[in-house]
Amino acid sequence: MAGKIITVASGKGGVGKTTTSANLSLGLALLGRRVICIDADIGLRNLDMMLGLENRIVYDLVNVVEGRCELRKALVRDKHYPNLQLLPAAQTRDKTAITEDDMVRLAREAATLADYVIIDSPAGIEHGFRYATKPAELVLIVTNPEVASVRDADRVIGLLEANGQIETRLIINRLKPDLVRRNEMLDPDDVYDLLAIDIIGIIPEDSAILGASNRGRPVVLDERSEAGEAFRLITRRLEGEDIPLVTPKGPSLFKRLFGTR
Amino acid sequence: MRILDLFRRDTSGKDIAQQRLRLVLAHDRANISPGMLEQLKDEIIAVISKHLEIDPAKVAVNFTEDQRETRLIADIPLRAPGRNRAK
Repeated sequence: MAGKIITVASGKGGVGKTTTSANLSLGLALLGRRVICIDADIGLRNLDMMLGLENRIVYDLVNVVEGRCELRKALVRDKHYPNLQLLPAAQTRDKTAITEDDMVRLAREAATLADYVIIDSPAGIEHGFRYATKPAELVLIVTNPEVASVRDADRVIGLLEANGQIETRLIINRLKPDLVRRNEMLDPDDVYDLLAIDIIGIIPEDSAILGASNRGRPVVLDERSEAGEAFRLITRRLEGEDIPLVTPKGPSLFKRLFGTR
Repeated sequence: MRILDLFRRDTSGKDIAQQRLRLVLAHDRANISPGMLEQLKDEIIAVISKHLEIDPAKVAVNFTEDQRETRLIADIPLRAPGRNRAK
């Protein structure tokens, strides 16, 4: 049976698409699933760094599409988590190098080799976004609880609906529990009221994420990180577990008063 | 200034964000530019004026948005309250 093709998109840049793709890909691999993640951001490759695989790249997505290399040969397998493989973006080309049909063919081939194919979409709503979302059975839309990214997420949802792509879920990233508590930040209910699509996960702002990207070890590996836990919950929901949504509370009062974070 | 802020109970940041987003999403979803909306308003005024005496300056035409449903609301005050209320 072919694996499920999921695209991570957002419209606005810098909201945490690549971080989300890296964490969900590795998180699903940790659950024992075979995962192939595809970096669709041709020219601005980054998923390799998030996963700590940047030194092992030989071939890339464009090489495969152009028939210079077989998909299996281009995949970079994670040595520590062998269920996880990455198809890197080309760094020296641009997005005109591939078509929507190329991406559909590529993703479907990858789906024959894995349980999940996770595609990391480029920002924007142009060609890169279109080819990255075209093969998807499910599109995860990442937004932050602030006006610009919520507005862009709404555009993305509208475009996907217009293309007949109905299955979409929202990930709210970078929620700051203390600002929500003081009514200074949109809370998940507010975002749901505005966008009216189901939320599959809420990730709190967490300083562990920067450390994780510095080291190329996604935060989903960090047992103590609240963001890591939020990503683990999303992977279990993707697996079909019925886990109620929880809004992160942030560090406890004790930790806030005496903690070093 | 910061101490004064503590006592000020004005609209919260999240409420303002939500109100602004509601309006801007309604416009985005309707896919109509402000110029087109202005033209629509002028045409509505022209049609209504044929039958009723209205104050064009007070006419407001705008979108509201609820979940993913958008509606166009026109608020058109009449100029003087009608005296001869025909039953």
